[in-house]
Amino acid sequence: MRWGYVAMLTFTVVGSFWLEVVLKVRVLQRIARALKSILPVAIAFLVWDAWAVHHHDWYFDIKQILGIYGPFRIPLEEYLFFLVVPLAAIMTLEAVRKVKPQWMIGDEK
Amino acid sequence: MTYTFIVLTFVTSSLALDLFVTRIRLVTRRAFWTSYAIILPFQLLTNWWLTSRNIVMYRGGAIIGWRIASAPVEDLIFGFALILGVLTLWVKLGKRG
Repeated sequence: MRWGYVAMLTFTVVGSFWLEVVLKVRVLQRIARALKSILPVAIAFLVWDAWAVHHHDWYFDIKQILGIYGPFRIPLEEYLFFLVVPLAAIMTLEAVRKVKPQWMIGDEK
Repeated sequence: MTYTFIVLTFVTSSLALDLFVTRIRLVTRRAFWTSYAIILPFQLLTNWWLTSRNIVMYRGGAIIGWRIASAPVEDLIFGFALILGVLTLWVKLGKRG
């Protein structure tokens, strides 16, 4: 199915974004800060991804991806991966902070 | 083993960013390891999905060959490096304002 990789991304979104509603982690309200944290790291990894795809270190089953490609022949799903997975990680850290406010993270005012 | 070497470079870079460049030192914090412990089973599950169904495949020569839940061990290290890098910057930016 063409939706194989999209299914994984959807699962990650569903598995993490509920924290916005239930625990009010407010990551989406701080999307500018989130994007500033994600972009430099994601770009470094995408440069590697482009290199690895070019050298066939890894490759994708064209029958299980949408078949939409961004720059450097990287599938759309890979670009979305580098947005969805970091957002899920930030939401998880903020959820832990909500539940355990006494645990210092390092940015407390 | 290009994937192996590059992923080790990336995880070292994330650790250096956390410990020395930003001095956020997330890896010394309980909140970080608790978050990672929550993320890890989901990471193993999604890695398994992508690799056991051959959505993503790897050139044999690119990896060391050790697999965890069907995925190359490199995938696990890659996920850790990605998450640590992003979370370090997230906390760093929170500090500024």
